[in-house]
Amino acid sequence: MELLLQGLRKAIEMILSGDPVILEITWRTLKVSLTAIMISTLIGLPAGMMLGLIKFPGRKLILTLINIGMGLPPVVAGLWITLLLWRSGPLSDFELLYTPTAIIIAQTLVSLPIVTGLTATAFQQINEKLIMQIKALGATKIQLVLILLKESRLAILAGIIAGFGRVIAEVGAAMMVGGNISGETRILTTSIVMEVSKGNFDIALALSFILMTIAFLITFCLTYLQQRKRSQ
Amino acid sequence: MTSLITIENIEIKAGDKPILSVPRFELRQGEVLGVMGPNGAGKSTLLKTLALLAPPGRGSVFFQGQEVGDVLALEVRRKFAVALQQSLLLDTSVYHNIAIGLKLRNRSRKEIKEKVAYWLEVFKISHLSKKHAYHLSGGEAQRVNLARAMILEPEVLFLDEPFSALDFPTKVQLLKDMKQVVENTKTTTVFISHDLVEIKYFTQRLIILMDGEIKQSGPTAEVLSSPNEAAAGFIGEWSELLS
Repeated sequence: MELLLQGLRKAIEMILSGDPVILEITWRTLKVSLTAIMISTLIGLPAGMMLGLIKFPGRKLILTLINIGMGLPPVVAGLWITLLLWRSGPLSDFELLYTPTAIIIAQTLVSLPIVTGLTATAFQQINEKLIMQIKALGATKIQLVLILLKESRLAILAGIIAGFGRVIAEVGAAMMVGGNISGETRILTTSIVMEVSKGNFDIALALSFILMTIAFLITFCLTYLQQRKRSQ
Repeated sequence: MTSLITIENIEIKAGDKPILSVPRFELRQGEVLGVMGPNGAGKSTLLKTLALLAPPGRGSVFFQGQEVGDVLALEVRRKFAVALQQSLLLDTSVYHNIAIGLKLRNRSRKEIKEKVAYWLEVFKISHLSKKHAYHLSGGEAQRVNLARAMILEPEVLFLDEPFSALDFPTKVQLLKDMKQVVENTKTTTVFISHDLVEIKYFTQRLIILMDGEIKQSGPTAEVLSSPNEAAAGFIGEWSELLS
């Protein structure tokens, strides 16, 4: 208990003192995680919509692979990306290994199946007669898609929230492809692991409180967006 | 009466199974047409074909004598309105549900506001305007559904069993109100129903659809009192029940 309180005190102290290292790590964490979830949403939303609405050969196989992908261990994703970006790997020319971009790629890889899969499920659940009714109201194809997006916003935002939860908490892949380099690729989760390994439990706890606060605030905003106007 | 919608050589199949086979059929301007038939007879498929919500297979659909291809489909479809058995309202207020068709047509806010107010009044649901559509009773939701269709001032109104899920007193009241609306607006209407009483009360002409084919067509009273051999089995069972 004493350790927890000490950690909390340390967290407040670190935030109030404006510790530049902490601010830098926090900012990088936010930048990397929000970029990754944004990319996942930009790819996963249209892909999930297509998979949910359009029936084509191989659709079930793709959905199965996406569902498997939802359980993809981050370290495995990290390993694949490391191999791809490694000096002798096929994408070595880009020199992305041990950069924040590599972490974004890894986090996108682990969150993309979640956003795509849950979006596809949301669209599969749409009553076909609702689609017919919207068309009958005179909707163009684009208008139809926009209405369906609005109608499915609860489930879509649930997918984005779940995906964000995955990226903000992710450590294995970030450690592997980012290398936890001070001032370059260190983010909150990798810092916590490092501080624990050094025996600095108070700092680790302080960092964990900052991480939880960020996760809480962003999830709260997404949940607010998801639930607004529902209580009328 | 002139023909408003004509369909020709419609052959729709699900796999090898024929769903709808209609060599020629005309929907006449200003009429209220009833469509009856057992489950799986092809009634909804006929509605979807007439309302341009499903491709006509190898056949053709004509609106006011002009064949409707892909290019014209949306333009012509916007002259129609459809209300289905399920009200299928959107996740928003009653007001916005009724306004949606006009919004999709980019009408001005002023026009939308005036027309929504008018149709809320006609369907006696002005007090529900701000209520969320998911908090309505079955009868209220169906009134919103019908107002959402009528606000479009359609040249053809398609009703697919809109009263079938309602309790008896609600159904009777809504049926009366809807008949009044259709008569006042002189809207050409296609009304699918399983209920002989609804058909008798609401429609002027009736077609009996069985196994995807029109077995009989004529004035409603005539078809019901003198069904031909093919339709007799279906109509006869109903008449027996009512007598």
